Amino acid sequence: MLYALCFLLFMIGLYCALVKKNMVRIVLGIVIMEYAVNILLIMIGFRIGGEAPILSPPQGLPLKTSLQSVDPLPQALVLTAIVISLGSLALMVSICIRTYQRYGTFDITQIRRLRG
Amino acid sequence: MPILFYVLLLFIIIAALIAVETQNLLSSVICIGAAGFGGSLIFLFLKAPDIAITQITVEVLALIILIRATISRDKTFISGDREFFSVIVSVVVVLVLFLIGTRVFDTFPKFGEPAFAVETKTEQTASKHYLTNGLKETGAANIVASVILDYRAYDTLGEATVLFTSILGATVLLRKQAKIKVQT
Amino acid sequence: MNGMTIIVKNISSWIKILIFLFGIYITLFGHLTPGGGFAGGVILASSYILLTLAFGKRVTDENLPLWLASRLDCIGALLFLAISLVGFLFGASFFFYNFIQQKYLAQHASDFHLVSAGTIPLSNFAIALKVGASLFMVFLVLSTFRPGEPAQQE
Repeated sequence: MLYALCFLLFMIGLYCALVKKNMVRIVLGIVIMEYAVNILLIMIGFRIGGEAPILSPPQGLPLKTSLQSVDPLPQALVLTAIVISLGSLALMVSICIRTYQRYGTFDITQIRRLRG
Repeated sequence: MPILFYVLLLFIIIAALIAVETQNLLSSVICIGAAGFGGSLIFLFLKAPDIAITQITVEVLALIILIRATISRDKTFISGDREFFSVIVSVVVVLVLFLIGTRVFDTFPKFGEPAFAVETKTEQTASKHYLTNGLKETGAANIVASVILDYRAYDTLGEATVLFTSILGATVLLRKQAKIKVQT
Repeated sequence: MNGMTIIVKNISSWIKILIFLFGIYITLFGHLTPGGGFAGGVILASSYILLTLAFGKRVTDENLPLWLASRLDCIGALLFLAISLVGFLFGASFFFYNFIQQKYLAQHASDFHLVSAGTIPLSNFAIALKVGASLFMVFLVLSTFRPGEPAQQE
């Protein structure tokens, strides 16, 4: 059920990217999709009652923590994906600013030359 | 405990819906910021403090970049959808994808019981290896840091390349000297 | 961009040092506590962004101009690549051989220290340099870009 809510969030982003006319709003739809994917990936590795995968000195023994910790592998994947999303967001925003400066609008139906 | 996740996810979904459907572009960007901070909270409660810190800092920078893009533009009130027929087709496609896609989650492991380290299974998965041998082999107490910088550092090198390329594209798109040189 | 009022300037001149120190802490202790190179780099960039927003662009041009930010970006990327390649000198056959840590653990058996993780703090430092410099460079380019200037000439 929680997975389905994440998928609903993804679908809201997809709807926003498909239907809206404003360029910045399409970018916001892509950002919402990134949130949904990140949250879903972290949720798959979650364990009820588990602890964060950071060992502390009195806890010591690493062998015991493999059955008490959450999954560290999706966290490592998502950590890089968040920073990449910021870089791609900067790229998309700069494309939007250039297009606005060239055509004077954010409306993609007004920009004739984008229609192949 | 899962009630907390339901509440936070509903908060994120409501913020996303307001961001999609509101008229003003600036308030839409601010609602995206609310969704991002809710995401940071949900990462914190999902026992991922690394990602919570990264998400909350990245969200501040993303808000600054997005507000820079939207503020001081004349027409920030362009709203409305595309033509009627394409809107209908898009909504139908999205709904059908949602209804089909929810069937996929039946094959997922149950929430709160990850598939990587069930006690009855004896085979050695990658996550179990990282958790049991990570401190001994890399010396890092933070298993996530040992995964992204030692076991799978090649991924991080590729990530650095992707970040470099996207930043390069942004700066090339926004520079202002080149056009002047072409003119003269 | 002349900066904001004197209240904002006074407060941010104190706050920016604390933010910078927090970024360095997050970066260097990324293998023992939550954090790491990515979050630390973004925090370092945000301290300079605060400086730019509060004091205007002229102060930033004296402290960290655009060419220096792009050089730091390249230095961070090359440092990370160098860390991956240096392991070949110590007899490894793959990238990112943790060459310091193998020698260290032969002599000391202690964990949970700043130096106990081999190349991981160095990699964290390189990534923080790269991420912080590149994000600050994007912010600088976005904030100094004035729409309408080159377009009129086309």
